[in-house]
Amino acid sequence: MARETAFNIVLSVLLVAAPVATSLLGEPFYVTLATRIAILALAAVGLNMALGLGGLVSFGHAAFFGLGGYVAGILAVHAFNMEPMFAGIPGTKLMPVIWLVAIVACALLAFVIGAISLRTSGVYFIMITLAFAQMAFYFAISWPAYGGEDGLSFFVRNNFPGIDTLRPLSFLAICYGLLGLSLVFFHRLQHSRFGSALQAARQNETRLAAVGIRPFHVRLAAFVISAAVTGVAGALFADLNRFVSPSMLSWQMSGELIVLIILGGVGRLYGPVAGATLYVLLEFALGGITERWQFFLGLILLGVVLFARGGVIGVFAGRPRHG
Amino acid sequence: MAEPILQLVGLSKSFGALKATDDVSLDLRPGEVHALIGPNGAGKSTLIHQIAGTLKPDTGTLRFDGRDIAGLHMAERVRLGLARTFQVSSVALEFSALRNVMLALQARQGSSFRFFKDIRSDRTLTEPAMAVLARVRLAERAAVPAAELSHGERRLLEIAIALATGPKAFLLDEPMAGMGPEGSKALTSFLAGLRDEAPILLVEHDMEAVFALADRVSVLVYGRIIATGTVNEIRRDPEVRRAYLGDGA
Repeated sequence: MARETAFNIVLSVLLVAAPVATSLLGEPFYVTLATRIAILALAAVGLNMALGLGGLVSFGHAAFFGLGGYVAGILAVHAFNMEPMFAGIPGTKLMPVIWLVAIVACALLAFVIGAISLRTSGVYFIMITLAFAQMAFYFAISWPAYGGEDGLSFFVRNNFPGIDTLRPLSFLAICYGLLGLSLVFFHRLQHSRFGSALQAARQNETRLAAVGIRPFHVRLAAFVISAAVTGVAGALFADLNRFVSPSMLSWQMSGELIVLIILGGVGRLYGPVAGATLYVLLEFALGGITERWQFFLGLILLGVVLFARGGVIGVFAGRPRHG
Repeated sequence: MAEPILQLVGLSKSFGALKATDDVSLDLRPGEVHALIGPNGAGKSTLIHQIAGTLKPDTGTLRFDGRDIAGLHMAERVRLGLARTFQVSSVALEFSALRNVMLALQARQGSSFRFFKDIRSDRTLTEPAMAVLARVRLAERAAVPAAELSHGERRLLEIAIALATGPKAFLLDEPMAGMGPEGSKALTSFLAGLRDEAPILLVEHDMEAVFALADRVSVLVYGRIIATGTVNEIRRDPEVRRAYLGDGA
């Protein structure tokens, strides 16, 4: 446990120090890189609640990532054009309001998807979550009001009270703040009564039922919470790029989130952070050399799955322990 | 006579042409150990599954503690007080023994949707869980992951978990399975004291344990109950001897 904590602290310090240092040296590009890491990590922390703690291999979390993105984009565009949405509700450029809307929207969508998908398990659950995400993907493509296939651009990043979000370091600070909050939440969840029931559902669902807890209820709650966290990351991702497109809803996006978690360490607190760091750095380093950088990602993933099941964190800190 | 806590009337379950449970009526009264015996394939497991809630009977009624439980999920039956153990130990293997018992306690307290408080320092869970582990003499092994417990220890952990759910009746599916003579003897004497806490419906192959523990015995053959009675009545019953114990018994 101590080694894992040390690893987490070192990684946190590096993730803060590196962009600040390069920014001072006049290389703001690395700040964008760190922001990407933070946002993907946040999305994966969300997925890690369902996948890592609950063993729910959702291959459809892009639906929530994309929905969060579209919430940010649609609200921003309406606010920018000063035209109300349906029922006269105005748009907004306030990030906290956008996040709240993203959380509620994703929770509702996840409740519906989860209530249906969680009646299945194993490979069927993977396929049915994928199917729902694909529905969302094609819906976004074929809905012309918000850009359809071309996506939706907004010109200025949304606002946060008291912070100039246009400064890259300030926006990075917001992303780190939310990532930090999500990690605290994950940690509390993991050791709570709910987390205990959720992890028992992964290990042995008959046992959970035989102590008097219905696995379905626990999993559904976890799926909803997980989706809400991923949705907030989607809203931030839209703000990073000032652009939302159906690609945020694609199955490749769902796969990417799963890959991040496997790279970093399934069910580990910092698994998504380590995974996102490795992923984005590889994309940057290898992407400069070859367009086929994902070939090398594939090799690394193969290595992790065959020789280091615990991911990067497993290599540094060994197997997890339960109290 | 005291009102039975668990009552099965005319329970039937077929798989295609096979009648796995054929018009079974059976009850469990306060303070007793009621053993269910029968040769392999007699339908004991199918019957247990229907009582516990993993299988739905085709016809018949199933009453527990004064209410019809046939439509309830297994988890709801457990919350009403119907605790069960499994023929093959079924615990959360990554969790310590203590945490397995704590899981049952939180279910009993009806509080699994708490998201923040750390259970490792929650004395409303840890203290009663240690007390239950001490009862089955597993207290020193509390911190050991269930996966690293011996077979016998896991059997005891199953019983500890069942105890922690706060049962009004126990459904014990071959608790002696694979225990060895020493372990069986110890468990038999432990179960003997348990009947005052809650009556036990005991499925068991170990005849020594059955004859030592049971107040009543029901014999299941081809899905039917062919006899119910005290240990002595069952020993003398010619039909039972023919069907099950073998003529030489």
